Amino acid sequence: MQPKQSIAATGNNLKIVSLISVGKHPQSGRVRRADQDSRAVELGMKLLDSGNPTGGDSLVVLHAGDPKEPGLRGYAGMGLNSVQVLELDPAADAVAPLGEYLQQFAPDIVLTGVRAEGGESSGMVPYQLAEKLGWPIVPRVADIISVEAGVAEVLQALPRGQRRSLKIRLPFIASIDSAAQDARQSAYGPASRAMMDIEIVDSSTDQLRENWSEAPAKKRPKRLKVIKAKTAAERFKAATAKSQSEGGKVMQNESAAEQAQAIFDLLLEEGVLR
Amino acid sequence: MTDQNSFDVLRRDPRAERIIRNRLHPLHDTYINTGAGGELTEVRGPSGLLRKNPHNVGFIGPNGIKRIDRLKGNAAASGKGRRSSAAQETLLPLHQVENPDFYVVVVPDMVGGRLTGQDKDVIGQAHKLAVGIEGNGAVLAVCFGQSKEEHFDTAGVDRLLLLDDDSYEGYCPEQRLAALVQVESAYKPPFWLFPDSVNGGSDLGSRLAARIGERPAAQAWQVDNQTSICRGAAGTIDITRTTPRLLLLAEECADQIDETRHEALPVELGAVPTVIAKLQDQGQVAVDPNAISLAEAEFILAAGNGIHNWDQFHTAASILGATEGASRVAVDDGFMPRVRQVGATGTWVTARVYLAVGISGAIQHMQGIGQCDKVIAINTDAGCDMVKRAALSTIGDSQEILNELMTLVQQFRTQQSEGGDQDAA
Ligand SMILES: Cc1cc2nc3c(=O)[nH]c(=O)nc-3n(C[C@H](O)[C@H](O)[C@H](O)COP(=O)(O)OP(=O)(O)OC[C@H]3O[C@@H](n4cnc5c(N)ncnc54)[C@H](O)[C@@H]3O)c2cc1C
Repeated sequence: MQPKQSIAATGNNLKIVSLISVGKHPQSGRVRRADQDSRAVELGMKLLDSGNPTGGDSLVVLHAGDPKEPGLRGYAGMGLNSVQVLELDPAADAVAPLGEYLQQFAPDIVLTGVRAEGGESSGMVPYQLAEKLGWPIVPRVADIISVEAGVAEVLQALPRGQRRSLKIRLPFIASIDSAAQDARQSAYGPASRAMMDIEIVDSSTDQLRENWSEAPAKKRPKRLKVIKAKTAAERFKAATAKSQSEGGKVMQNESAAEQAQAIFDLLLEEGVLR
Repeated sequence: MTDQNSFDVLRRDPRAERIIRNRLHPLHDTYINTGAGGELTEVRGPSGLLRKNPHNVGFIGPNGIKRIDRLKGNAAASGKGRRSSAAQETLLPLHQVENPDFYVVVVPDMVGGRLTGQDKDVIGQAHKLAVGIEGNGAVLAVCFGQSKEEHFDTAGVDRLLLLDDDSYEGYCPEQRLAALVQVESAYKPPFWLFPDSVNGGSDLGSRLAARIGERPAAQAWQVDNQTSICRGAAGTIDITRTTPRLLLLAEECADQIDETRHEALPVELGAVPTVIAKLQDQGQVAVDPNAISLAEAEFILAAGNGIHNWDQFHTAASILGATEGASRVAVDDGFMPRVRQVGATGTWVTARVYLAVGISGAIQHMQGIGQCDKVIAINTDAGCDMVKRAALSTIGDSQEILNELMTLVQQFRTQQSEGGDQDAA
């Protein structure tokens, strides 16, 4: 216990910043806290709870945009005392002011969502911040397991429910995947009591975006199966034949051991045996 | 080479037909009289009489039955031009680009070392964009890690940059980014194309975009050289914008290449500086395979009516590290829970490897495994539909084969852990 406390005393107090944006319900379109961002806040709160027992860790929940946005209260209702807001024009680019703030504040861990639920939702914000600050970025984090001696161990969510473990030196930026732990419920009372810490920053408007046109998403046409047949017989065959992978290898007279070996080789080749 | 169909095409030989019709033609006898073995069926005997050799008449039909040609050689004449379908291999026309003026660069995901469907869509899109630029351009694919892909040519890759050193193995986005930056300075491509996927394309693309200061179009699904349409706001709006240099493309953004073959010529890249990685890959973590939902499991061991030893099946699944699946019969009989059912009324699975043990392959079951890459069947019946679908089928008792397979995998595991210990020591 002794050495750990001494590390804490020498200033290993974690500074965590969680970036939040205004979300939109996918079906109703109602304003809400964004799913991945609230998971990021949840992860930040978990790190606080499990972290330094002397309470030296801190979590700042940061938004760049309009402080009167009702969606922000959803985050505050998770039990935050305050939400830090950099007030800027809704059409402005948020990356530059966020980068400046982070540079000054110098946190150890920055948490974001993978993709915003409104706007361009290209997921570029964490990458642009990382480039600006020269920090590493870990995309699609499912959990942060430990932070010790300036190195964090992180679980990354991979497709098909797999996880990868990564070690990364502080400070870093992590985008939080939907596989991370669900955010706690948001309560109305604390949400309305929380302070909005507003700082007005100047920003430049997003020039490029002004030339874009936006429309509700059209349903994309399904790709049709085009049959490039030259003869009637070919068309007939294409319309009636069952799709089968041809050329399958059949092992009929080999011993069970040989057959098992063949299966094993194939599994190994496909890399599914770990 | 106009005739490239896999079907037999009747080729008429008008000259032969004319000769056969004209009994006074000097060559008439040779056309009319040749039988099966090429020997004459009718010969003038020594006494001047016409002698027929009945053994040479007719030919053996497709079912092994002798057929006599009543058309008196007319069909035989035309049959001379008949081509056997077996020898025909469709050879698509080769699309060659010599000394390309520019390169459109594609960075495919290469999941499991092979091009995914989305990768091929993106390559198709790259060709569409290359056509829209003046000069002749080539599509350059930059592939990281060991490649098992054999069909770069038909997928539409003109030039291939294969970076498969050890330094690119595993999760090393920083090193890969360094290589891409090198490509950027070497080729100055007019377009960079990435699949916008969770398999790494989106990550790498965003990194490059941030590094070279481009603003990418994400989830782009309709792209030409001037404008692109992308999905924004979590898929609820369509954004129409001018096409940027770097694109993260959605699935089915363009048609895949299927009418041409391409050269897939290897190209070299100068030495890429080794990056001091801030991210350290510790490898994949073991997850409980049965905690993964069946629909997204990568490797499924499925049981059907041909499983008689269920304890053995469950141990096999845990040793192989596979997610368990089942046919409807196995579920109805109470051996497996309903959530494990694969098929029309169960789950549609997307596994890369599907090991079907004792499943006959009823159509309702086959629908559920339509998207599986490699199907392996263990069955006692060599004629069942699952064997026809499978890439590898073993005919035998499921219990024996599973037993052998388990011992093999256990051996492999112990060897691996020993090897790991040696590495650590
Ligand atoms: C409306 C409807 C919906 C359905 N939906 C589904 C569905 O979603 N999913 C589904 O799976 N089915 C579904 N079915 C049922 C489907 O038609 C088949 O009845 C079922 O898939 C057959 O399961 P099976 O292959 O396990 O059994 P069987 O057809 O009995 O096949 C057993 C196989 O095991 C082999 N075998 C036997 N002993 C051994 C041994 N010792 N070692 C190795 N092999 C052995 C046999 O040769 C045989 O090929 C549906 C049916 C209907 C009517």
